[in-house]
Amino acid sequence: MSKFRYLPVTEEDRQAMLSTIGVESIEDLFKDVPEDVRFKGTLDVEKALSEQELYRFMSSLAAKNVNTKETPSFLGAGVYDHYIPSVVNHMLLRSEFYTAYTPYQPEISQGELQAIFEFQSMICELTGMDVANSSMYDGLTALAEAALLACGTTRNKKIIVSEAVHPEGRDVLRTYAKGQHLEVVEVPAVNGLTDLDQLKAVVDDESACVIVQYPNFFGQIEPLKDVEAAVRLSKKALFIVAANPLSLGLLTPPGAFGADIVVGDCQPLGIPAQFGGPHCGYFATTKKYMRKVPGRLVGQTVDEEGRRGFVLTLQAREQHIRREKATSNICSNQALNALASSIAMSALGKKGLQEIAHQNMQKAHYAANKLKEKGLSVVFAGPFFNEFVVNVNQPVREVNKKLLEKGFIGGFDLEMINPAYKHHMLIAVTEQRTKQEIDDFADALGGVVHD
Amino acid sequence: MTKHDQPLIFEITKPGRVAYSLPELDVPETDLTEAVPADYLRSQPAELPEVSELDLVRHYTALSKRNHGVDSGFYPLGSCTMKYNPKINEDIARLNGFSHIHPYQDEETVQGALELMYRLQQNLAAITGMDEVTLQPAAGAHGEWTGLMIIRAFHEANGDFQRTKVIVPDSAHGTNPASATVAGFEAITVKSNEKGLVDLEDLKRVVGEDTAALMLTNPNTLGLFEEEIVELAKIVHDAGGKLYYDGANMNAIMGVTRPGDMGFDVVHLNLHKTFTGPHGGGGPGSGPVGVKKDLVKFLPKPRIIKTEEGYRFDDDMPDSIGRVKPFYGNFGINVRAYTYIRTMGPEGLAQVSKDAVLNANYLFRRLAPYFDVPYDRHCKHEFVLSGRRQKKLGVRTLDIAKRLLDFGYHPPTVYFPLIVDEALMIEPTETESKETLDAFADAMIQIAKEAEESPEIVQEAPHATPVKRLDETEAARHPILRYVKA
Repeated sequence: MSKFRYLPVTEEDRQAMLSTIGVESIEDLFKDVPEDVRFKGTLDVEKALSEQELYRFMSSLAAKNVNTKETPSFLGAGVYDHYIPSVVNHMLLRSEFYTAYTPYQPEISQGELQAIFEFQSMICELTGMDVANSSMYDGLTALAEAALLACGTTRNKKIIVSEAVHPEGRDVLRTYAKGQHLEVVEVPAVNGLTDLDQLKAVVDDESACVIVQYPNFFGQIEPLKDVEAAVRLSKKALFIVAANPLSLGLLTPPGAFGADIVVGDCQPLGIPAQFGGPHCGYFATTKKYMRKVPGRLVGQTVDEEGRRGFVLTLQAREQHIRREKATSNICSNQALNALASSIAMSALGKKGLQEIAHQNMQKAHYAANKLKEKGLSVVFAGPFFNEFVVNVNQPVREVNKKLLEKGFIGGFDLEMINPAYKHHMLIAVTEQRTKQEIDDFADALGGVVHD
Repeated sequence: MTKHDQPLIFEITKPGRVAYSLPELDVPETDLTEAVPADYLRSQPAELPEVSELDLVRHYTALSKRNHGVDSGFYPLGSCTMKYNPKINEDIARLNGFSHIHPYQDEETVQGALELMYRLQQNLAAITGMDEVTLQPAAGAHGEWTGLMIIRAFHEANGDFQRTKVIVPDSAHGTNPASATVAGFEAITVKSNEKGLVDLEDLKRVVGEDTAALMLTNPNTLGLFEEEIVELAKIVHDAGGKLYYDGANMNAIMGVTRPGDMGFDVVHLNLHKTFTGPHGGGGPGSGPVGVKKDLVKFLPKPRIIKTEEGYRFDDDMPDSIGRVKPFYGNFGINVRAYTYIRTMGPEGLAQVSKDAVLNANYLFRRLAPYFDVPYDRHCKHEFVLSGRRQKKLGVRTLDIAKRLLDFGYHPPTVYFPLIVDEALMIEPTETESKETLDAFADAMIQIAKEAEESPEIVQEAPHATPVKRLDETEAARHPILRYVKA
């Protein structure tokens, strides 16, 4: 008898199977593994636990973490605490979705293919672009892939990125660029926005792209119209915008400002923070670059009898066909999370997305005013969505420890990315925060700052 | 599987219906037209669906009924390790303490998460025989690229800037050469010999002072163990190159041998294959990378360290290749993998590989009389058949694959590896019973007979699926990639 509930082969089966194979023992099937490289003994792996023991142990690990379901959080910086309708999780647990592989056999994968086709359509709607792929690992590797596409298509090596783009996105971009011997030029931010004069000074016909974030890392709404005008000083550079998709319920989509590529992360739409991953990158562009998009694309077609159906298409772009000539190596993506976002976008729908975006903006503005009343200075004056920066006049790390004692997860410590932002805290306020929580948080933060 | 067409969600939309509930705005309203310039306030709302909650549930339920997963039936897709996805993994990953924690919370408040990641790293290092592991890469291909960037940093630190080539076997996964290119290397192919293994003479020919690394899957994509691995490793190492292990086929060797013992310097694992993170219809995966001691300082940052005061992130890594992914990898998938490892333990994992290899060899022997066998020796966790015999009868491997759909099976991987004509690559995994393997073998044998007696049944398959074969040429020629309102 096997004591492992996932292993069905019994001793009796084993004997019958060995006899069909024509060997004495399982060991005979491993005779081609040379003696020199054989592993002897037992793997130094932690011991097996019964289901009950395992549940108890894993729950005890989970309980060591402070979670945002129980402790109100004002932390954002690229990952947000948003309302996830219950239907999302229930539909995700349909095992026909989560236990399936990539839909390479379309006749038995129409469900997944159609869901992804719908996802692509929704992303196009949100961003104002023509084409969206089936997902990327996350918003920031999607950003790096967008830069690679730009370098490939313009045959230029200079990537211009705003300092107001997520710092980890800039880090990932530099790692990708190193691989391909590309140059990354950073344009500084002034007053929380990309410095347009500096941008105009560096953009030229040798530039492959200009990357900004919308709303940017500091929560400010970049003036995309002016940025685009600066980008067009170059005959070749592509205009790449990393956008929070939830904000596009309220903000004019980057497509309307002439973006060539729009990327971002769907985490705000139906995906829990889960310590930073898995989230779900999206990648949208214009028809012009359709055949250069990284990753998988689902297209509509018909079957032999003329019925509508969906297939993975334009696969000649991808690594399994192009091998060393491929411009991206992405294979697995984040399909299940794209499904989660589709379900969330369908649940919120046309009205709900506007309403949730509206609530974010209203609550963030209310919170900023409350904090001003408490004597804190809101650092940047430009328009913002659901995040803003305050000066807390002391190390943010210390402030956050005191806030935690009062029952809050405080904001992001901007000093971690740049010493110039000493004592600056980036605060996110979503629709999840009640007026009461915001008031209490303002009291708490006001109290800590003035202690 | 339901044959009813399901309209697009946009086609069942009706203005006025909603499937969400938000509380009334409880703060005094700011006039947004004052807060934001008019150009930046969206004038046309995004045309998202408008459905009720039940409409929504029925829509996705209907879609799920037009999809085949491991829970629906046997899924012997070679190189993909479509094993059972344990249910407790899903429960654990959804605990609030794992799913609702923010990556920028203070380390003090996420000690459980850091401990889990640290323990998982230790376990994976033990399984692979590596010295240290990073959990950052999001998937296998991402791990390959990360590993190659580490190898490149190593060579450059030694002043070896001429090592610009990465050698991959002609049987390799497509991601290998693509990752080499994205990491800035030139991919060079080494041939397989008549036994289906890397041709050592050809390897000696291509290896040299410009070799950065050899990427190898062992067992390889034919399901065969590279038995000359010791000589092979020596050839690459003597030339100053590093040995990269593509862990896609790790399910075959746990507890039998470890990449570290075979001489590999870098390894990636696919936690969504061997370690039961579900495939999710194409992702998310997780592709941790393990390295030997001399490469540890090049790992992506941050890494997790254990101190007397608890677990910490360590960013102080001046030689690191940098960051490869925001935050710390696909944590949610890593939680599932750790849960699986703790379900199986060391004995269980070793049994997994034994049973996976037993199942593959059993199915191989049951099918061998009916199909061409390009490499007739014991396989590991998967094996490759050729449909050459059936092709002569006018039945292609693609037809066989489509006919299997009528029996309720997901077909094997087809036309891969590229070095086998009309390839069928079959990986049953250890979680399937003998009865399931027998039933599948019977179906394959029946199809082989149909190919001889009534080939049109196979050529015209599938007959029982929601749609028949789809026009892929037209899809690519005139791409329709989104819904547009009529």
